Amino acid sequence: MARLVFTQQLARFTPVPQVDTAALHLRAALDSAFALNPLLRGYVLDDQGHLRANVAIFIDGRRCADRRQLNDPLQTDSTVHVLQALSGG
Amino acid sequence: MGEEMGEDLGGQAGGQADGQAGVQVSQRAFLSTRKGLFELRRTGDDWGFGPIHFLGEPVSIALFDKRDGSLYAALNLGHFGVKLHRLDAGSASWTEIAAPAYPPKPDSGASGDTDPVEWTNRLIWSLEAGGQDQPGVLWAGTLPGGLFKSGDRGATWELVRALWDVPQRKEWFGGGYDVPGIHSICVDPRNSDHLLVGVSCGGVWRTEDGGASWRTSATGMRADYMPPELNENEAVQDPHRIVRCAGAPDVLWCQHHNGMWRSSDNGLRWKEITDVPLSCFGFAVAAHPRDGGTAWFAPAEADQRRIPVDASLAVTRSRDGGLSFTALRQGLPQQHCYDLVYRHGLAVDDDGASLLMASTSGGVWTSADGGDSWRTLSTTLPPVYAVCFG
Repeated sequence: MARLVFTQQLARFTPVPQVDTAALHLRAALDSAFALNPLLRGYVLDDQGHLRANVAIFIDGRRCADRRQLNDPLQTDSTVHVLQALSGG
Repeated sequence: MGEEMGEDLGGQAGGQADGQAGVQVSQRAFLSTRKGLFELRRTGDDWGFGPIHFLGEPVSIALFDKRDGSLYAALNLGHFGVKLHRLDAGSASWTEIAAPAYPPKPDSGASGDTDPVEWTNRLIWSLEAGGQDQPGVLWAGTLPGGLFKSGDRGATWELVRALWDVPQRKEWFGGGYDVPGIHSICVDPRNSDHLLVGVSCGGVWRTEDGGASWRTSATGMRADYMPPELNENEAVQDPHRIVRCAGAPDVLWCQHHNGMWRSSDNGLRWKEITDVPLSCFGFAVAAHPRDGGTAWFAPAEADQRRIPVDASLAVTRSRDGGLSFTALRQGLPQQHCYDLVYRHGLAVDDDGASLLMASTSGGVWTSADGGDSWRTLSTTLPPVYAVCFG
């Protein structure tokens, strides 16, 4: 199971569940977290469903390559970190 | 074009009668700042600080809804986007509600006619309650230029497509921000389906059917920042702020990028106000709640130099429909003052005498006598985006 870990900076605003998911791609994994807290979607994705400009996602230490489709593949033991980018202040 | 870049509440708001039948004086006021929503509380003619809400977070605008006592706060989180919260009357805790969100942007299709604007809410710039006969209706003006309507106190929002889809939106451009934005929403108290909205830079638009159709309503305005042949194009005007006199709803006042305007026919035609003291440039204007002849402006030196004239802060007030103005200075800093008052940085209470003004430099001033004299509440707050009574 891939594991999603959200920055605790987000916990100031909305609950951030730690999620273990069988999803094979990043977007599906994120959706599994959004299912637990629908408000979380708007903190991570913009109106068009793209990764927010000042949010960074790392998959096993590698920065997410596709910020629009979010179709990066996940391994069964991947760890995904959703972080705030320093560009956002 | 502007330069705006950029908890315990407890209890019902309400007010106290000020001696005029039916007129309430607000006991609270709110400052939307770069570092939180600061609550003020009235003691007689004076004001002091109450709780600070969302300390550390940028609050772009707040709305007190007189119809049900709710307070709304729009946040613009640096990393995580635009959020909206509501504090219900009598409640001690805020609830996050839906933020207006743009629908999926269509593909350009075969024509290749792509909208260069990103369909993403970048800021809630204005927030207004619907009419008295429309409980729960809210309007939100956003960057990059979308107007949103909620019919359920912000639980859900819908983009007003008829305005978003006007062909002239292609002509809109940023004023104060890189993209266009709606900063003023004036509901007609006589008919809740009649609205006037101000866009920087996209002119003034009116609907008389609740938002189903729109047309420009900036006749008489002039855009000197455009080529001469486009000066009078209504869809490229930059009304910095538009406010309506609630008691004389045909009267509207506008602080425009290129001057000051007033309408006495519900925005159908605008007449330029000339021969004003100090400067005709600025961002903010506040309309008296009942007297259509009275309004207050916060002049800045000029487009090219956005500071108080001679570094000396003043408010100008007209009591005769803009024919003449008085510069009001008593109690305001008169030396080395570089405070700029943004579009929503000046407000008047329902009594027509209590004023609140705040600046980009964290200055906050109150008046209990219609601006004749002012008291300094602070000079060290975060940059203030908006003020409101409640």
